[in-house]
Amino acid sequence: MTNISTPTGRQASIERTRRVRDGLRRRHLHEALFKGFGLAAIIAALGFVAILFTDVLIKGIPAFTQANLHLEATFDPAIIDVGPAPVRTAGQSDADFRAASLGWQRDVALLNWNKVVEASLRAAAPAGFEIDSRQILTVAETNARHVLREMFVNDPSLLGQTIKVDLLASANADNWVKGNIDRELGDAQQQLSAPARALIDIFEENGTISMGFAWSIFTNVDSRAAPASAGLAGAFMGSLFMMVIVILLAVPIGVASAIYLEEFAPKSRLTDLIEVNINNLAAVPSIVFGLLGAAVFINYFKLPLSAPLAGGLVLTLMTLPTIIIATRGALQGVSPALRQAALGMGASKTQMVFHHVLPVTFPSILTATIIGVAQALGETAPLLLIGMNAFVASIPATPLDQATALPVQIYLWQANENRNFFEARTSAAILVLLGFMILLNAIAILLRTRLERRA
Amino acid sequence: MNSLIIAGLLVLLLGLAYQTGWSKSRSLVTPDGIKVHSRPQYHGALVAIWTLVPALLIVGLWANFGDSATRAFTVSQIPPDVIMGLDEIALNATIQRIGALASGYGVVGEVQPFEQAAGAALRQFQFLSFLLVVAAAAGTGILALLYARSRITARLRARNAVERVMNLALLACSGVAILTTVGIVASLLTEALRFFTFINPLDFFFGTVWAPKFSSTGTGDAGQYGILPLLSGTLMVAAIAMAVAVPVGLMTAIYLSQYAPRSVRAVVKPIIEILAGIPTIVYGFFALVTVGPFLNKAGAMIGLDISATSALTAGVVMGIMIIPFISSLSDDILNQVPLALRDGAYGLGATQSETIRNVLLPAALPGIVGAFLLAVSRAIGETMIVVLAAGNSPVLRGSPFEPVSTITVSIVNQLTGDTDFAGPQSLVGFALGLTLFVMTLLLNIVALYIVRRFREQYE
Repeated sequence: MTNISTPTGRQASIERTRRVRDGLRRRHLHEALFKGFGLAAIIAALGFVAILFTDVLIKGIPAFTQANLHLEATFDPAIIDVGPAPVRTAGQSDADFRAASLGWQRDVALLNWNKVVEASLRAAAPAGFEIDSRQILTVAETNARHVLREMFVNDPSLLGQTIKVDLLASANADNWVKGNIDRELGDAQQQLSAPARALIDIFEENGTISMGFAWSIFTNVDSRAAPASAGLAGAFMGSLFMMVIVILLAVPIGVASAIYLEEFAPKSRLTDLIEVNINNLAAVPSIVFGLLGAAVFINYFKLPLSAPLAGGLVLTLMTLPTIIIATRGALQGVSPALRQAALGMGASKTQMVFHHVLPVTFPSILTATIIGVAQALGETAPLLLIGMNAFVASIPATPLDQATALPVQIYLWQANENRNFFEARTSAAILVLLGFMILLNAIAILLRTRLERRA
Repeated sequence: MNSLIIAGLLVLLLGLAYQTGWSKSRSLVTPDGIKVHSRPQYHGALVAIWTLVPALLIVGLWANFGDSATRAFTVSQIPPDVIMGLDEIALNATIQRIGALASGYGVVGEVQPFEQAAGAALRQFQFLSFLLVVAAAAGTGILALLYARSRITARLRARNAVERVMNLALLACSGVAILTTVGIVASLLTEALRFFTFINPLDFFFGTVWAPKFSSTGTGDAGQYGILPLLSGTLMVAAIAMAVAVPVGLMTAIYLSQYAPRSVRAVVKPIIEILAGIPTIVYGFFALVTVGPFLNKAGAMIGLDISATSALTAGVVMGIMIIPFISSLSDDILNQVPLALRDGAYGLGATQSETIRNVLLPAALPGIVGAFLLAVSRAIGETMIVVLAAGNSPVLRGSPFEPVSTITVSIVNQLTGDTDFAGPQSLVGFALGLTLFVMTLLLNIVALYIVRRFREQYE
């Protein structure tokens, strides 16, 4: 019996071992595959981050340098044929003097300043270089005449003098110098005429055109007529006003309502409803807040359109739930021992909250605030509905002036017809916006680690 | 300038009140040990509150009605025979001139004698009214201060009173969140109802053509407002986004929470969360200038005609945006599954992946479904990516390779720069917003309910 059964028993056991081995191999293969999927997912996610950033960096960094023209401009009395600037006489009212100087400035503006620009460009070109005036003016940005006029208005004694000025080269010239334009294309497809292209090459050689850091991105306001001089200064001020409003309103209100809901509110159906409501509010699409702003702030309360005040209020309402939820989480995390110790020493509930619990949660509240503010800084959609996509060519001085915001400026620039030039400048604007985001988050991390160490 | 003076005076008054209450309550303490109920700060604060309320009330009244009072006074200074000859616009111009004369800035051109006189009178009126407001605010404030000071005794429950006021202020603050919801619902509902007086709701919810005509075309025809093309576009983009985000996000969460060593997790998790902090306009630009052309070329290589701005482009990039959302929520949920379940599976000889697939995921399923629903609601409400990259073509189509339009895109198109809300052209934005709000609200409520139930199950 045993003699017969042993081989078959052994065989069965070999068979079983083989089956188990096969099964194990299959299972381990599945294990490796599954783990591989996980790894692939992580690599994909990290790859997205990397691609996004390198893409924006590659596109944006060249826009931070810009072609400048170094010219000698002559304020020729033959061209600048205008009376002396009005001087304030005794007994003249502010309004009369202002009207007189505005009238003089209008006379100045009516002069053909392009002739001054043209003359200075011709002076820099080699003698006998043939180019007509329309073509030569395409080398300098169209705002050159405004720059020279402003110089003259600010200092009328320049009349008849020749001074060195730095002007921006036009967007097309900038692209030509940077090599973004295919030099082999025929004249019909080129934005710049053949003589203008030749002149730019000459200018580049003799140093009249040189590349410099594009300060205009930071110091100028938006401009449609003169793309090379379009900058972010106005949008930056608009965003700054809105952030100040968000910080002044959302933080105190958010922290206060979190304290009330977490510490004082009786547990009832009403507070349950408030809680559900706040959680939902956090997930409401941002564009719905824009609708709210358009209907309530603009249409009902008649706040000015395109004003950072209205934008700031909309962003405040949008940020509130984030801050409330984060603060509640922080308050929940405070150890009961601290509360009981405070109450045991005879503190009232209010004293317990404000003297003991709140200071401990300060780092978390700060982090939540900064994250909320960063979120508000990057928000675009609701601002479009309250008119903040208006073209604004001045830096807003108060929160009631027309303004735009950094992300909205990106939206406006990406839609500009001068794609060739604005794609790079939009990427540069994105880099500036991302720079602010990173700065905010870095501050949050830094403050938190410092405060937590002390606590 | 005037408002700065008033603010300064109020602060001064406040400081004075606090100081008064503080020192009075301090003076109650005598060496022979009378116990004062509240600490001096509370007495000071109580007096300050008493003082501030009437003063603020008066200043607030002036801020509300001061302008119309000034205007009425100016009009009364213009001779009746002049007023007769002025229409609305000329009257406003005259009032402005008088205001400019009163401020000392002056006006351009000839000044008529009545303007000069009215300017002088207005100047006096402004000065007197300002003095009056300041005096009234300060006077009532000081009266209230004296009254509050006289109430201070050793037994006064100053702390309780101050805490009651603080509680009320906190309650008012948490009311803001409620008011926001009420404001959203009210404004969406009223404007949407006004829209439905122009357009039949049935045509809106079941119409298959989206072709609003702008009022500037002049004809009485307002166009067709069928939401179905937009709805299909919205759902298509959201579905593509989920198809990208769910596998990547979920597998990332699983790998990071179950396989990755602590050090890898500490590095990778924050990097992926960077994706969540990038503004959506940046994603939109990325989709428009990089992903769209890339998909177009890739499609051409395998013989597919993919439009550069299409549902696919927008969906893929939106999926990338949602990855960190799904991965961090799923990560939280996987970490909440009790260790005993996992250890039990290991004890029975299951491999790690078998444990995850057969034990962890089923246990975490409700929570993960909740996270997905939250992600869907975010995808539906996302605006800037689709505005830039979906192609804005509101036609009912089945192919994801062609341009689409979504609800959010149409809201932006219909409402940008237009705020008179007179015709269906702009009001439709609110009807679309209401639809969007209800959709996301339902998703959120269900999702939050599921997540909450899941948490309670394992707590």
